[in-house]
Amino acid sequence: MGLLSRLKEIFTGNKPEEPEAAPGPTTVPEPAKAPEPVTVPDARPEAKPAVKPGDVKVEKKPEIEETEEKPVAEKITIGHVHMSGCTGCLVSLADNYEGLFTLLDNYADLNYCLTLADVRDIPKMDVALVEGSVCLNDHHSVEDIKKARENATVVVALGGCAAYGNITRFCRGGQWNQPQHESYVPIGDLINVDVYLPGCPPSKEAIRNVAVMAYLLLRGSDEQKELAAAYLKPLMDLAQRGVEACGCDLMVDVINQSLCMGCGTCVAACPVRAITMEYGKPNIERDMCIKCGVCYAQCPRSFFNFDVMNQFEAIGEAINAAMGKGDE
Amino acid sequence: MVLGNYKNCVSARAADPAILTASQDGGIVTQLFAFALEEGIIDGAIVAGQGDEPFKPEPVVATTVAELMEARGTRYTICPNVSMIKEATRSYGLDKVGIVGTPCQIQAVRKAQLYPMGMRSVPDKIALAIGIFCMENFPYQGLETMVEDLCNVKMENAVKMDIGKGKFSVYTERGAVSQIPLKLTHKFEQGGCHVCLDYVANLADVSTGSVGSPDGWSTVFTRTKAGETIWGKAIEAGYFETKPIADVKPGLDLVTKLATEKITKNQKTLEGRATFGVDKGLRNPYI
Ligand SMILES: Cc1cc2nc3c(=O)[nH]c(=O)nc-3n(C[C@H](O)[C@H](O)[C@H](O)COP(=O)(O)OP(=O)(O)OC[C@H]3O[C@@H](n4cnc5c(N)ncnc54)[C@H](O)[C@@H]3O)c2cc1C
Ligand code: SF4
Ligand code: SF4
Ligand code: SF4
Repeated sequence: MGLLSRLKEIFTGNKPEEPEAAPGPTTVPEPAKAPEPVTVPDARPEAKPAVKPGDVKVEKKPEIEETEEKPVAEKITIGHVHMSGCTGCLVSLADNYEGLFTLLDNYADLNYCLTLADVRDIPKMDVALVEGSVCLNDHHSVEDIKKARENATVVVALGGCAAYGNITRFCRGGQWNQPQHESYVPIGDLINVDVYLPGCPPSKEAIRNVAVMAYLLLRGSDEQKELAAAYLKPLMDLAQRGVEACGCDLMVDVINQSLCMGCGTCVAACPVRAITMEYGKPNIERDMCIKCGVCYAQCPRSFFNFDVMNQFEAIGEAINAAMGKGDE
Repeated sequence: MVLGNYKNCVSARAADPAILTASQDGGIVTQLFAFALEEGIIDGAIVAGQGDEPFKPEPVVATTVAELMEARGTRYTICPNVSMIKEATRSYGLDKVGIVGTPCQIQAVRKAQLYPMGMRSVPDKIALAIGIFCMENFPYQGLETMVEDLCNVKMENAVKMDIGKGKFSVYTERGAVSQIPLKLTHKFEQGGCHVCLDYVANLADVSTGSVGSPDGWSTVFTRTKAGETIWGKAIEAGYFETKPIADVKPGLDLVTKLATEKITKNQKTLEGRATFGVDKGLRNPYI
């Protein structure tokens, strides 16, 4: 649980081994193990040891008491950092319509967003949602991504381009005003990233869920923090898994590993309809694949955390309550 | 916990005799979707429709009772129902979606709701997820081999297939039954099933299967608030006959026994995967 303790450390500012230093109410139950530093592996992770899933044992269920009114002072700060992306991820966030206002009214101040807020320099913030990959031929981009890492407690790679390069991997330069711009890398090639949220774009509901969870992690009760940390853990693991994605991940890490059971989730998730089912398993039209990584992330056999999934009903209700119900 | 969280469990069958003529067991899935469709609880349901080849289903979005009727019965092969889930809300424009699936497919649906990265417009539109119990599944060519080579029945002559009491049975048009011991079918199972830790669709709104109930009846678990409410309304409207599960044979004990067997066996497989090679293991999806 190195990531989990690192996550708790980030948000509480406490080193797990010295809980006394913490102000009482914000202390999170400390794991016995010291936190491992977050490192970005350059290779695929090796197989992990089997762990009993929560399914077959009775696990404790963090109660989710929903907090209806909260003082404005308790909001978290979120920034949208725009690298080389199409703004589709931001549009997806905005697509929450009233839900976006609920988020901004109750949970988060958008303190940086070139498209929507009049702030030029990247300020300190709790959560940086980074959209787009970094253009190495543009020194502003390189400086900005470093600044974002410096100033944000948590860096989220929002969408396929930030996480995996996505469509920008195919760039060959030659745009009219900046023809020399041709080398784009996912942000994880230059900075440590805490959370991945793949998708082209990630759905509005996914962004909403992560925003609510980030809020609970920072401002929630101990139980809410625990739940939010458990929720975010697989997205943190994705950030450790690597900066390359392709439909081939389904072949290499699911089908070849004898894990695919033919549910078809990957087919539904693919934004470019590159996947069809052949012999009960996905087949990827590799020329169509834009390398967004969402098929693998969405596959129930990439990650399936029973401790969170078994509470799907309560979590769904909590998110609905947080959003004042009808956010559609 | 091998049976997951549930609110209630009964033995039941559809009240409409027309449904029972071709349903696999008690016609629970078809009857409950038909009720939900008529009541406007769902706008349509993703079911395993008839494909081009016999017993090779294709997912379809059924928006009429006639289409639900077409899809009755179990096909023991992969039908990627979840592949239609975004299609149902985006292309068909359904606001309230029903879906039937094996436990792994219901897991996929819940992941799609909690982590909907590539599932725009899906999470808030799943109105009724019905799970069917599942011990294992077979690729189509495996099923074909079992039916044609081992049972000596042509696929196009089969009218029903069933697994129960340790046997795989194929029923033909002319009323013949061909059976083989289930043991002979194991090698045709898809590998992905061997890490599966859910027998009774723990994450469904309502889950159902034949095990535990007498022939022609089904065991039904209601699991979520939505599932409980919809099931309650259907009972009130007279859509199902029910019996207390404690009053039927073989009852919940058998369900528990089979669920425990499946989970224990697959848990072992998972643990074995960690040390599958020499100082090398295979991936575990559950961590
Ligand atoms: C692969 C498989 C293994 C099973 N193993 C068991 C078991 O071990 N024990 C047990 O008690 N029950 C098992 N079942 C469930 C059982 O066979 C019946 O499907 C269930 O009892 C529902 O019957 P019914 O009469 O209520 O439904 P019906 O009214 O006959 O409707 C069945 C519904 O299931 C859908 N369906 C059929 N085949 C598939 C498929 N391959 N994938 C997804 N959906 C499908 C149909 O579209 C239909 O809507 C299994 C089912 C499958 C598909
Ligand atoms: S989502 Fe995963 S398990 Fe399901 S069909 Fe695709 S690769 Fe297989
Ligand atoms: S196959 Fe589709 S979902 Fe998968 S990485 Fe390629 S474009 Fe993305
Ligand atoms: S055994 Fe598990 S993985 Fe295989 S089809 Fe059934 S539910 Fe899916």
